[in-house]
Amino acid sequence: MSPKNPKTVEKAQAKPKFAMYWAASCGGCEIAVLNIHEKILDVDANFEIVFWPVAMDAKYADVEKMEDGEITLCLWNGGIRNDENEHIAHLLRKKSKILVAFGSCACEGCIPGLANFSPIKEIVDTAFSTISTDNPENIRPQPHYKMPEGEITIPTLYSMLRTLDQVVDVDYYMPGCPPESHQIAAVVELVIAALKGEAQLPPKGATIGAGNSTVCDECPRKRNLKTIKEFGRIQLIKADPELCLLEQGIPCNGPATRSGCDARCPIAGAQCIGCYGPAEGVVDYGARLIAAFASVIDSEKPEEIDKILDGLVDPAGQFYRFNLAGSLLRASKYARTNGR
Amino acid sequence: MSDTPETKPFEPIIIGFTCNWCSYRAADMAGTARMKYAPNVRLIRLMCSGRLDPTFVFKAFAGGADAVLVSGCHPGDCHYINQNYKAMRRFQLMKRVLAQLGIEPDRLKLLWASAAEGAIFAREINSFVEQVRALGPLNWNKTSFTIPADADKEEVPA
Repeated sequence: MSPKNPKTVEKAQAKPKFAMYWAASCGGCEIAVLNIHEKILDVDANFEIVFWPVAMDAKYADVEKMEDGEITLCLWNGGIRNDENEHIAHLLRKKSKILVAFGSCACEGCIPGLANFSPIKEIVDTAFSTISTDNPENIRPQPHYKMPEGEITIPTLYSMLRTLDQVVDVDYYMPGCPPESHQIAAVVELVIAALKGEAQLPPKGATIGAGNSTVCDECPRKRNLKTIKEFGRIQLIKADPELCLLEQGIPCNGPATRSGCDARCPIAGAQCIGCYGPAEGVVDYGARLIAAFASVIDSEKPEEIDKILDGLVDPAGQFYRFNLAGSLLRASKYARTNGR
Repeated sequence: MSDTPETKPFEPIIIGFTCNWCSYRAADMAGTARMKYAPNVRLIRLMCSGRLDPTFVFKAFAGGADAVLVSGCHPGDCHYINQNYKAMRRFQLMKRVLAQLGIEPDRLKLLWASAAEGAIFAREINSFVEQVRALGPLNWNKTSFTIPADADKEEVPA
C-alpha cells in the first residue's frame, strides 16, 4: 500500500484514511467486506488503508502516533471481551472521525455475547477441560506469567462482554452477521459520495446498510394467522415451502428482526435466527419475540401451554442468540456476579 | 447481603401491572375499604393485561425491581374478549426465559383478580412481598453494570 513513486505518495497522503479492527468476533465481517468484490478497489482508490490487522501489517504504536481524528472511517467489528479490546476501542474512537459499529458483535454482542450466560470459570472450563481437549496437566491461560526472560502478559477476560456503544461513543450502526455484501457496497459508495460532497451522511446514531422494518415484511411466505399446538425443530419437520414458518411451529425470529437481508433464510427454507438484530423501535429483541411466539400458541390452558412451550428447547438462546449483550438485561445473573 | 439483626429488613421493590377493568379496580377497592397491604408494590395501570409488552417486565428488572406482578381479569372475564389468555401465554414463556437468565421464577407472579376481590388482591400482595423478601434483593442494576478497572478481572486459577 505504499507506492514508491513520489507523485503517487503525495496523492495517497491526500486520501482519507480507513481502518478496520476486530475485537471479540470471528473474522466473518472482514470476509464480507472482501465479498464486495471489485468495489474493494474503490475502497483502495478512495481511502488510504492505515490499519486493518486481518489484512495488513500495522502496529498499535502506529495508531497511537496518529493525530486525533486522523482516521476518517473506522469499521469496528467485535464485542468488548477483554482489556485489550477496551483499550483499542478508546484508542480508535479518539483517532477516528466516523466510528461504525460494524456487524452484529459490535452492535449487540452476537455469538461471542452468548458468553454472557455463563461465569468466566465455566467458559474457561469448556475451552480447556472438556473430553475432546487434550490438556492432561489442566493448564489454564494466565494473565501474567514469569519466564526466565521476563514477565509476559495476555489480555484479561471480563466477566461480561459489552457492545461497542456500551464502551465508547458510536457514530453509526451496521447490523448483520455478517452484514450483507451488497449493503456494505452501498454504504461504501455513500461514504465515498459524501466525502466528495455529492451526498449527505445520515444523522449520527443511525443504523445504516439495513432496512427499518422486519424480516417478515421482506419474506414472501404466506401468513394465514394460524395458531399452533406444538413447536418443532426444523430438521424434524417437513415444512411447507409457501407458508409462514412460525405458523408451522418452526421457531422463526423474523417478527422482531430488522430487514435488510432480503429474507434469505426463510426463502431458502430455514428459519430466521435474527442476525440483523432488533428492528426499528424494538427495545428488547427477546421480549418482542416472547410476545410474538406467545401469540401463535393455540391454547388457553396453563398446563397445555407449558407442554407446548416445552417444544422450545432453549428459549433464551433462541431469543438472544445475537442480542444478549445488547439486551435490557445484558447478561445472566451468573455472568454478572461471575458465579459468586 | 445484610442479614445482621441490627439492620432494617429488606424491603423489596415490586412493579405491578394491573388492568384497568378488574385488577386495578380490585386494588382500588382494597383502598376504599381501608384494607392494609404491604406498600412494596408500585402499581402501573394498563388498559388490559394483554397490553403487557414483555419489554416492560425486562425493563423493570433491568432498572432494579426485585419482582414483577402481572395482574388481570379472571380467565373468561376479559374486557377485550381473550387478551388475558395472551397475557398468560406471554407470562409462562417469559418466566422460562428469565429463569435461564438467573431470575428466580418466584420473582414473577400472575394474579387474576376481579373488581370485587379487593381482599384477595391485598392478601396475595402481602404473601408475594414475603416471598420476595425471602429471596433477597436482585440488584440487577448494581451488579457489573460497569466494569471496575481491576475488581472485575478474573485471575484464572492454574
